[in-house]
Order: sequence, then C-alpha cells, then structure tokens
Amino acid sequence: MSERKQPEEMRTVEAIEPERYEAFAPPSYHFDLERRDFLKVVGGGIGVFLVMGEPAAALAQESGRPQFRFRMPPLPKNVGAWLHIAPNGAVTVFTGKVEVGQNIRTSLAQQVAEELKVAVDAISMVMGDTARTPFDMGTFGSRTTPTMGPQLRRVGATAREILIGLAAERWNADKKTLVAENGAVRDPATGKTLGYGELATGQTLAKTIISTDPLEPPADWTVAGKPLAKVGAVEFVTGRHRYPSDIVVPGLHYGKVLRPAAFGATLETLDASAAKAMPGVTVVHDGNFVGVVAPTLEEAEKALGLLKATWKTAPQISNAELFAYLKQNVLPESEAEEDRLRHETGSVESGMADAPKKFEATYTVEYIAHAPLEPRAAVAVWQGGKVTAWTGTQRPFAVRDALADTFHLAKDDARVLMPDMGSGYGGKHTPECAIEAARLSRGAGKPVKLIWTREEEFTWAYFRPAGVIDVRAGLGADGKLVAWEMHNYNSGPSAVMTPYDVPNQRISFHPTKYPLRQGSYRALAATANHFARESAMSELAHMAGADQLEFRLKHLSDERLKAVFLAAAKKFGWPRAKTAPGQGFGIGGGIEKGGRVAACAEVAVDEKSGEVKVTHVVVAFECGAIVNQDGLNNQVSGAQVMGLGGALFEAIEFADGKILNPMFSKYRVPRFKDLPEIEVVLVDRVDRPPAGAGETPICGLAPAIANAIFDATGTRLRAMPLAPHGLKKADPTPPAPRAAAEPA
Amino acid sequence: MSIEIKVNGRKHSVNTSPETSLLTVLRDHLGLTGSKYGCGEGECGACTVLVNGYSRRSCIMKVGDLHGQPVTTIEGLEQEGKLHPVQQAFLEAEAFQCAYCTVGMIMTTVAMLNAMPNPTDEQAIEFLNGNICRCGTYPRILRAVHLAAERMPKGEAR
Repeated sequence: MSERKQPEEMRTVEAIEPERYEAFAPPSYHFDLERRDFLKVVGGGIGVFLVMGEPAAALAQESGRPQFRFRMPPLPKNVGAWLHIAPNGAVTVFTGKVEVGQNIRTSLAQQVAEELKVAVDAISMVMGDTARTPFDMGTFGSRTTPTMGPQLRRVGATAREILIGLAAERWNADKKTLVAENGAVRDPATGKTLGYGELATGQTLAKTIISTDPLEPPADWTVAGKPLAKVGAVEFVTGRHRYPSDIVVPGLHYGKVLRPAAFGATLETLDASAAKAMPGVTVVHDGNFVGVVAPTLEEAEKALGLLKATWKTAPQISNAELFAYLKQNVLPESEAEEDRLRHETGSVESGMADAPKKFEATYTVEYIAHAPLEPRAAVAVWQGGKVTAWTGTQRPFAVRDALADTFHLAKDDARVLMPDMGSGYGGKHTPECAIEAARLSRGAGKPVKLIWTREEEFTWAYFRPAGVIDVRAGLGADGKLVAWEMHNYNSGPSAVMTPYDVPNQRISFHPTKYPLRQGSYRALAATANHFARESAMSELAHMAGADQLEFRLKHLSDERLKAVFLAAAKKFGWPRAKTAPGQGFGIGGGIEKGGRVAACAEVAVDEKSGEVKVTHVVVAFECGAIVNQDGLNNQVSGAQVMGLGGALFEAIEFADGKILNPMFSKYRVPRFKDLPEIEVVLVDRVDRPPAGAGETPICGLAPAIANAIFDATGTRLRAMPLAPHGLKKADPTPPAPRAAAEPA
Repeated sequence: MSIEIKVNGRKHSVNTSPETSLLTVLRDHLGLTGSKYGCGEGECGACTVLVNGYSRRSCIMKVGDLHGQPVTTIEGLEQEGKLHPVQQAFLEAEAFQCAYCTVGMIMTTVAMLNAMPNPTDEQAIEFLNGNICRCGTYPRILRAVHLAAERMPKGEAR
C-alpha cells in the first residue's frame, strides 16, 4: 500500500443555515458556506468534498459540430463530487454523472468502496439531480472512468483517513496502527472496533480535498478490478425501476406535441376547435409550437389527431445529393475555426512524387440514429414559479440551464432529475423534451408527462453526422507508406489522426454546412475515421501484396495498439485459411479516448442472394487498469452488436425535410439473428490509469467487416452502411474511388 | 366506457375506450409501468406481456380485443416474493445494460419456455428475434435463456 499524505486540517461546522440546497449545484460559488449547510441539511456526520483543482480541458469531447455546441468553459474551482457518512453509517455519494446503462452506478460505487473499505452495497449513489448533486458537464466522451472514478477514489480515501483519525482520537492511539475494514476501524493491538456510523455520530466534519492524494495502485485493488453485478439489478428484472418515462406524480396529465410537416416548416394556419372542445383538454399554442394536454394519454392522442394545421415548407436535399452537398459546402475559413483540424508533417507532395505505388479513394458514411429503446421522455411540474423536470438526459445540468433560459428563471428555480434511463449512446444531450413538457405543463397548469413516440425520436432528435472522407497515400518500394493524406468532411475530427508511422502526412477535418440536425454518438466521428483509415490500410496492404495484419504492424510503434492487434489476431487464429466459398477475414483497429481496440471479423457472403453475414468477431480492447471486468466485457461486446448496425445496414433516409424511415420496421437495427459469435479479449494494464470504455470498442468492427467482405468477394465497399440490402443490390450508385489505384 | 380486464390474477375496471392499447391501460391506468413503450408498432418487444400464456405486443393490442383473456405482466411473475426462474436467470447472467428491454425479453422468454422447455440457440434466436436490445446484450440474454431452461420446473406452465 502506498504512503498517504496527512489529511488537511479538519474544520468543525458552526454556522448553520438550513435549506440552502440551491447553492450546491452551480459552479463558482462560495464553497465554505454550502459545505456547512450541506451537513446541516443531511443531519450531521462527515462530508468530504472534492474541489476540482484543474481545468479539465480534456473534458471537451470533440463534438462534431452539433447544433448544440458545447462551449466548454474551463471548469471553475468548484465541487466535483462529495461523499457523506451519516451517523447511522449510511454512505452516500453525490455525483452529477448519470447512469444510462454503461454501469457507472456500480463501477463508481465499487471504486469508493475500494478506498473506504465498505461493501459496495453499503453505498448509495445520488446521481444527476441538479438540486442535490454538484454541477457536472454531462456524461459523455468516456470521461467518467478516467476522471470521476479517480476523483471519487480520492474522496473515499480521505473519508477513510478521517474515520481512522477519529478512532485514534477516541482511543488515544497512533492512527498508523489502526486499520479500516468492512465499514469499521479496528485496532489490531487491542481488538477494539468502531463502526463508521458510531464514528460519525455527533460529528459535523467537513473536509475539502483538491490535491492528488496518492491512491492505492490498481494492482492492490481488492473490490475494484473484480466482476461485480449491477447495483440494484433486481429492480430491473422485476420492472420496478422507474425510468424517466415511468415517473408519475399526483394529478399527472399527458402531453402531445404537433410536429411540423417538415424540418424548418412554419405554421400557416391552425384550427384547434375540435381538440379544445374535448373535456379536460388544453391546447397550448405559441408561435410554431402547438401541443395538447389531456387527463389521459389516449385523450391526448385523440386531441392531437383533431388538430388541423397547414405548414409552409421549403424544398430540401435528400440522400441522393448528400455527399456532393457536404463536399460543396465547406465552411469558409473564417467560420468554425475552433472546430477545424489541420495536421501536416513532412511533405505529402514530395512523398507522393517519390512513391512507386499510389492510392486514392473516397469513403462515405450515412446519417444514422441512436435509437435508444427508451425514447425521450419528461415529466414537468410547476410550483410557485419553479419548475421540476424528470427527464432522460446525459446532461442534466445543461437541461436545467436550458429550462432556466427558456422560461426566464433563475437557474435554481429549475430542477432536473435524471432517473437511470433507457440509454442514450450520445443521443440524449439536448433538452427539447423537458422544455416541451414544461411548456405544456405551464400552459395547462397541470403536471405533464411527455413521451416522444418512436417516430418523433427518429425524426426530431439528432443524428450521427454523415461524412465524406478522402484518402490518398503513397507506397514505397519497400512496401512501407511514404505519404498519407486524409480529409474528413463534416463527420468530425475524432480519431482522424493516423496511429501509423508515415513520414509525410496531411490530415484535416473540414466543417461543412449540413442538412440534418446532427450531434454526438457513441465514439462519434471515430467510427467514420476508423472505417476510412482502416479500410484504406487493408487496401494498401493488398496493393503491397502484404497480409493485413503484417502491413499494420510494420507501421506501428505504439506498443499498446500493437498488443491489442496481436491479442485479437491470436485469439482469432490470424492468418486463417478459407474453408468455405464466400468466406473472408478482415481486421481493423486504432486508438481513441485513451483506449486501444482491434477487431478481427469473419464474414460469409451468400453467392446467390448476396446476403452478408458476420459470423465471428474477436475484439481485443485495452483501457488501462480494469475497474469491473464483467461490466467492461458487457460494454465491449455490446459495442460490437451496435457497431454491426452502422457497419452493415443502418442509414437514415430523408428527403425534403422529412425522415422516410422513422420506425423500427423501416430502420433496421441489429437483432438476435444478426448476432455473430463474439469473443472479447480484455488486456488489463494494471500499471495504467483506467480509461473510459463506452465508446472506443465500437471503432474497429466496421472496417474489419469491410475488409473481410473484400477478402471474401474481391468487392471493395467504401460506403457505410456496407450492405443494407446485401451485396448484389448493395447501393445503386456506389461511390467509386476517384482514381484507380495503380502503379505510377 | 368501463372495460373489465384481468391482470396478474386481479380484476380491474378501466374507464377508457376499447380502442385504447393494452400498454396504455397497463401503464397509465393501472400503474403497471414495468411494460415499456419502445415503438408502438410491435417491432421492438419492449411492451411484451402474456395473454393467456402467449407473448403479445401490448402496444398494438387493443384492450377491447382481450375478451376476458387473462394478462400477465412482469409485476405478476414473482411468486411469494420469489423471483421467477427467468427473472433469476437474467439477474445472474447480468443480461442487460440499460435494461429497458429486459422486461420484454423476460416476458418473451417465459412464453417461449412455456411452449418450448429446452430451446436450442437457433430456436431461441428465432423466438426472440422480435425483441430489440440496443445495448447489444444478446449473447448474455441467450445465456440467461439456457440458464432459465435448466431451472424451470418442467411441465408447469405459468
């Protein structure tokens, strides 16, 4: 065990000013006061407050220029999280992070338990409640494990040292001789034991930590680092857990919103007389916003159907023009400067000039939807000019701010609660549903529940950006890359850099105008950029007459990435000999958000029907020290299933401001029948701090599949989704490479 | 109008139209929010309940079409505070992430095991193909299905 710093001076709380919850949430506040209030409010005990000491610049997830831009201010020196030990021994952790299926309610509790020396189930996690938890930017960008995890471990360690200190005082013993274990402090010399509750009784101790207290190194973990069942799992298998859409409050009414005929449409005429005539129904109309509120859901649906509206629409582009539109609408240099990425090493021109073999290709990705199984939902209640909203969001504090802005409230007059929700995958960053529910609720003077229909979720949420990616490369006589050029249009700069050693590089992200509302997604542009780069790498390997894996290893000096490629290849049995017609093998991988991923895929292409079936996937992943093995395995495996959809068949069809396939019967997502055999290889680097794992594992699969299809058929597919209708009807106009790959 | 329905062994009188979906009646009239809305077109399985022991999509079933057939929801699976073997198996296999699909998966599995006590992987995949898990936990769900099949008391359809 590592040596620990002496805890900072502890302060006893004197001044007491109850019910100042409001002061806990926002950034930049006077910390001392609230800390005391907090202990009064929770009824005494011990509180440990983590003050964010560093502006966490890394928090700003590359955002692919969503409409809702996240102007990340540097984090103020405010509280990031806190922990409370009550006189009854109850341990509560308060964090603004939210649980969306990525299992952080469990893994964060596990890390606190590790340091505090209590059982995981002795810890309650209060998450994503803007009135009770400290401000948090949001749960995205794979930041929880690398940032909040270590922070909470520090908080837990500090609490443990306080408890040991209290016991030492009580027993007049040297605290170095005391041990904390199983929720109690024990003196091995005397055998005396005091439970944490007993130690916390009669205390009003508050302690602030900022610095980086030394932590137990991952290798010494006893609770963290082990598989652990999801906290509260029984609530989920019994249906008792209340998701945002399940929240009920007294007097609850139901809302529905009249959606415009197309994106950007303006309301011309509205006849709401029939809806208004329904008993108990309120029509809320304000500019383009029209909605209804009724005592039951079925009455709200009926009232919505009775609204007669005409909309003014304008012609808009469709899928057919999408990629040309993106290329033709690059934003001028003066705009979106902060989003641009330009990287230049050596001279691509001279590298290309010297290269005996040249390669040039264009890759495309369509718009796809997150389609979380729980659509957007919110319950809004107004009371005394203040609004409370339960809603499914990855950014409860941003939703609170949006509510405050919309209704001209002080921030503290809007409260957002985020019950563990039916996931998001980067698709629930925006506040619209909560705002709509609050509008309807205020208009009707009733508490209102609004659940978006699946069609609304597919249409009025936002999409993973479509993109065009141009790649140009030169291959030297020794079979090594001498030049590499990659340009991403619109989909984003995440993972656009190549991890391969190439002396001459030019890499750019070009922001463009775009036709659909777009935003974050699981790994966002990293999926597109990995698809293009890793497809191109296999194309280049083919051109060089080299094995896909060997070619990559030849260009890799990142040992961690090498290690996952080798781990995946070993498990997969790479290189494998074909044993059946239509069989093919492909590989793909890379670096993103501090993690390393490599995937090997086997496909079977039916020669007659053209059907592409992914039969076997091996994915190797390394994200530093593993916090929860089983939870991580679940995330990595799930990312392969989700990735399969974007790789093979998911695509939003649109024209004239309408989504043409806004339902699961028309928008195909991966189902049981699409499931390949999936093997997950986790590389545990106990010597490295943990990195997030929710996103990166999705990146390797699509290129691995594209490369396997080429291996099976000789057909190179450069558009994602690769085979929405099988190979024969793959795409009426496949984006051909701009120039054939031929020797100079 | 008033409609009589039998859910989890209890009779209820619901004031709604016969056209109202069974899902809306369960969730919003009876407060049984375990069954989930996912698509409204019977394509995702999140709303699955048992009607007369068979799995049905409650989002596209009109309450007026029940004609007295008994409905079982997730809230009716536990017996005397003890989890149903299928619930227990999902719990042990950790067959979920966000778990929003879980209730529908469990109800579909119960119906499947009623009809087919020992399904092969292929049979289970066929039966469950109408249920979507966006988190992609299908392999674990299959594990849970087999675990449950081993433990289900045989010949005791529920």
